Amino acid sequence: MSNFPFLSVLTVAPLVGALVVAFLPRHRPELAKQVAFAWSLLVLVLSVVMWVSFNVGGDRFQFRESYSWIPNWGVSFTFAADGIALVMLMLIAVLVPLVILASWHDAESSKRSVPVYFALLLVLECTMIGVFAAADVFLFYVFFEVMLVPMYFLIGSYGGHQRQYAAVKFFLYSLVGGLFMLAAVIGLWVVGGKTFDWQALSQVDISTGTERWLFLGFFLAFAIKAPFFPFHTWLPDAGGAAPAGAAALLVGVLDKVGTFGILRYCLPLFPEASKWFAPWALALGVIGIVYAALLAVGQNDLKRLVSYTSIAHFGFIGVGIFAFTTQAGTGAVLYMLNHGLATGLLFLVVGMLITRRGSALISDFGGAGKLVPVLAGVLFFAGLASLALPGTAPFISEFLVLIGTFTVNKPVAVIATLGIILAAAYVLWMVQRTTQGTLNPALTEVDGMRRDLNLREKVVVAPLIALIVLLGFYPKPVTDVINPAVQATMDDIGRTDPAPSVGGTVQEARR
Amino acid sequence: MTELKLPSLNYAALAPIMIMLGVALLGVLVEAFVPRRLRHVVQLTLALLAVLAALTMVVLNADDRIITAGQALAVDGPTLFLQGAILVLAAMALLLIGDRSVERGGAFVAQAAVTAESADDRRQAEGRNGLTEVYPLTTFAIGGMLIFVAANDLLTMFIALEVFSLPLYLLCALARRRRLLSQEAAMKYFLLGAYASAFFLFGVALIYGFTAGIPGRVAGVDFATINAAVTESPASPVLLFAGMALLAIGLLFKAAAAPFHVWTPDVYQGAPTPVTGFMAACTKVAAFGALLRVFHVAFAGAAWDFTPVLGAVAVLTMLVGAVLAVTQTDIKRLLAYSSIANAGYLLVGVLAPSREGLAGTMFYLVAYGFSVLAAFAVVTLVRDDDGEATHLSRWAGLGRRSPFFAGLFTFILLAFAGIPLTSGFMSKFAVFGAALDDGQAWLVIAGVLTSMVLAFPYLRVVVMMWLSEPGESTPTVTVPGGLTSAALMIGVLATLVLGIAPAPLLDLATGAADFVR
Repeated sequence: MSNFPFLSVLTVAPLVGALVVAFLPRHRPELAKQVAFAWSLLVLVLSVVMWVSFNVGGDRFQFRESYSWIPNWGVSFTFAADGIALVMLMLIAVLVPLVILASWHDAESSKRSVPVYFALLLVLECTMIGVFAAADVFLFYVFFEVMLVPMYFLIGSYGGHQRQYAAVKFFLYSLVGGLFMLAAVIGLWVVGGKTFDWQALSQVDISTGTERWLFLGFFLAFAIKAPFFPFHTWLPDAGGAAPAGAAALLVGVLDKVGTFGILRYCLPLFPEASKWFAPWALALGVIGIVYAALLAVGQNDLKRLVSYTSIAHFGFIGVGIFAFTTQAGTGAVLYMLNHGLATGLLFLVVGMLITRRGSALISDFGGAGKLVPVLAGVLFFAGLASLALPGTAPFISEFLVLIGTFTVNKPVAVIATLGIILAAAYVLWMVQRTTQGTLNPALTEVDGMRRDLNLREKVVVAPLIALIVLLGFYPKPVTDVINPAVQATMDDIGRTDPAPSVGGTVQEARR
Repeated sequence: MTELKLPSLNYAALAPIMIMLGVALLGVLVEAFVPRRLRHVVQLTLALLAVLAALTMVVLNADDRIITAGQALAVDGPTLFLQGAILVLAAMALLLIGDRSVERGGAFVAQAAVTAESADDRRQAEGRNGLTEVYPLTTFAIGGMLIFVAANDLLTMFIALEVFSLPLYLLCALARRRRLLSQEAAMKYFLLGAYASAFFLFGVALIYGFTAGIPGRVAGVDFATINAAVTESPASPVLLFAGMALLAIGLLFKAAAAPFHVWTPDVYQGAPTPVTGFMAACTKVAAFGALLRVFHVAFAGAAWDFTPVLGAVAVLTMLVGAVLAVTQTDIKRLLAYSSIANAGYLLVGVLAPSREGLAGTMFYLVAYGFSVLAAFAVVTLVRDDDGEATHLSRWAGLGRRSPFFAGLFTFILLAFAGIPLTSGFMSKFAVFGAALDDGQAWLVIAGVLTSMVLAFPYLRVVVMMWLSEPGESTPTVTVPGGLTSAALMIGVLATLVLGIAPAPLLDLATGAADFVR
């Protein structure tokens, strides 16, 4: 089975599905939804088969496929997945069916074509899979840019308040980053001897000055995508305006392309520059953790609040990556997965709450738990997972990041720990103001607030809750896949973990 | 007195040019002898057949690498590639020019001499059949362009410049509606074009002087002589630099590069839209074809001298095009500034003297030509009772009313913005890659930065079409007749295909990227 071209099939399948859905008659929205859902389940099944056939102890890159595309420029359709990519592919495959199910009625309120909404979701899935599966820098860039188009229309056509502004801001920010990366991609191609193959490029020796410029080109694009402070301002707008399902994908998966890109492209291709810029990147990460958390505390809009929490979490991931230890690196990758699950869940639940109330403002809620107890409970759980409560999956990743960072850089680890406290503040206060306390009388007059979770919504949240709990107690299947890939990345930049020390003798952290 | 020797002519190699000019003359006769009601069909068929025949000859000549007609014309890889490009794009433009279903009577005025805004003028606008003289004019222009990209001496190049410019000046004045705007455009284009031609001619004279005095060589303006003179001439290099600068002004004017671009928005806006498309696609190809040959063949030895100056022009062009495009409110003016910015990107390719640079520039010209013709084809369709609705505010909510055409236009705009899987991205990569390979990092940085700025106006149009609610005054899109549909679909498909599988055309361009000297 390992000879099956998993990655190319996975990339193309959602696109085919999207075409099918888009050409379904407009007046039969139910059919379009069912087809889209079935198609995404098919992709999920295929991904599970791929996960099973991944050889944990085997090569770093598996499922490699290569087809010639533009021989004049040395471009080829090369797909390959390491452990990190595999985990992200799995996350996409799990999230998309749930998002489709959660968005079942979202497109109807917008007076726009319902089939197109689901077709766009499938196109988005295609580009997201492609971006993680590509092992050719050109191909990666193509998916990285094309990804913007379906998301742009999802936000702009089906979003809420200020959707035009948010869509354009999202597109322009990402495009600016992408064009900086384009310059760096061309530069890499020239110094790398006219090839785009990742493995060939990682062997190329680049002069220090050039390497730093190229690193900056890539890093800027990824830092905008992730987003890291101070390139984050588009996310609250986009996350706030996007329909909840699209927002869950935007924050849960799309933004991971940034951190994934740093791990896959910045570190192995420009190891010297990565080390040189690491203090700056760590600083951005730490500022992001604290600054975004403080802003999250002050939000009155549920979706914007969740967006800000994500920026704080991306700060953690950034710190984990640039600490350059295996523990922190594994923690960062695990964080990418767990954050996708936890924030995905949080966005979906918040979306359900907002649809019922018809408003995203926290001040419009209050005591909602008395009307919709199950929904309130799920929100509480999602919140606890977001603040990394022990027993939920995010705890393990956050803890790994912190101890991995502590061994090499104590001040950063200490400041980052502050982020945990602030996380408790923004999550608990949000939960308190929406579902706890005295019942806001206005809520009883809204019809929607009298309906608790229906079966469809329960089916949406159940797998995510199960995964968060399961990975919180037993993350080994995932860490086994991630660890070798992270180890290889650390080898690429020539960093080894500091040896454990006994009896308080401080090991020289930076060697 | 020495005896005049007749130059040997390779008729097969010259056939495309002779076919176009011959049919143009035939077209004039058709005007005189064919009854009025048949003229449109006869002329259009004749012009399309001529383009087809010329294209066939270009394909048959594909392996020619010769200089013929006594050093006057070079029929080599770049010439044949660019001639092919001009002919294909001209065929699309002819389809747009010939369409009479979108607008009753076609896009052209029925009687050019009628006073603008008079009662007669209003009557003719209501649907009398347009002039059929536009076909011979267009064919003449195409013929001139074919000579322009093949010209191997400056005098031939000048004559070709006039042969294709004069019909274009006239064509600009022939819009059916908004006649004053159209006539103003033609007047501006003519006056500025005449100045540019004069600059060019003065440059030719200076260069001629510069080539004099080399032992064992006769002075001349053919490219081999100039090339030798650049290294060997005893004359002052001031003559060379001044001559080069004046020549460049003449050529950059046609290419719409800043600071010689000011005519572009007015002319693009005022001219009948099919003619605008023809100019944006074919004139660009011709102008850049000539630029490539002049700088890579004649002045190759002076590359160190002209590269910084042309580089500055390229940066300025990209900047002016991108920044001013942001402020536009009229779709045709927006596309005009976008075409100026694209001239800047093309200049980046011109400045990369490698084979890749030449191939990349030629690829860019073809890809851009297809996209821009498709874009103007859509512009002809968005209209109300008073002709085309070109103000951007009128495009609000177009995606809701006509999702198909708005979708096509969105795709074209994404191609202009350089989003991957469109030809726009591939062509930008081609020229930027060649420039960076040649060590011109600053041009690439400037190109990338201006691309960011330029994305904004394109995106604004997309927002207008899709995300805004349709207003009272949102015009409907006319369902096009066969001719415009064909042109539009060819343009869109080419943009898509060249974006997904650019390798065949790149191969062709790379194989052709060698001048005979």
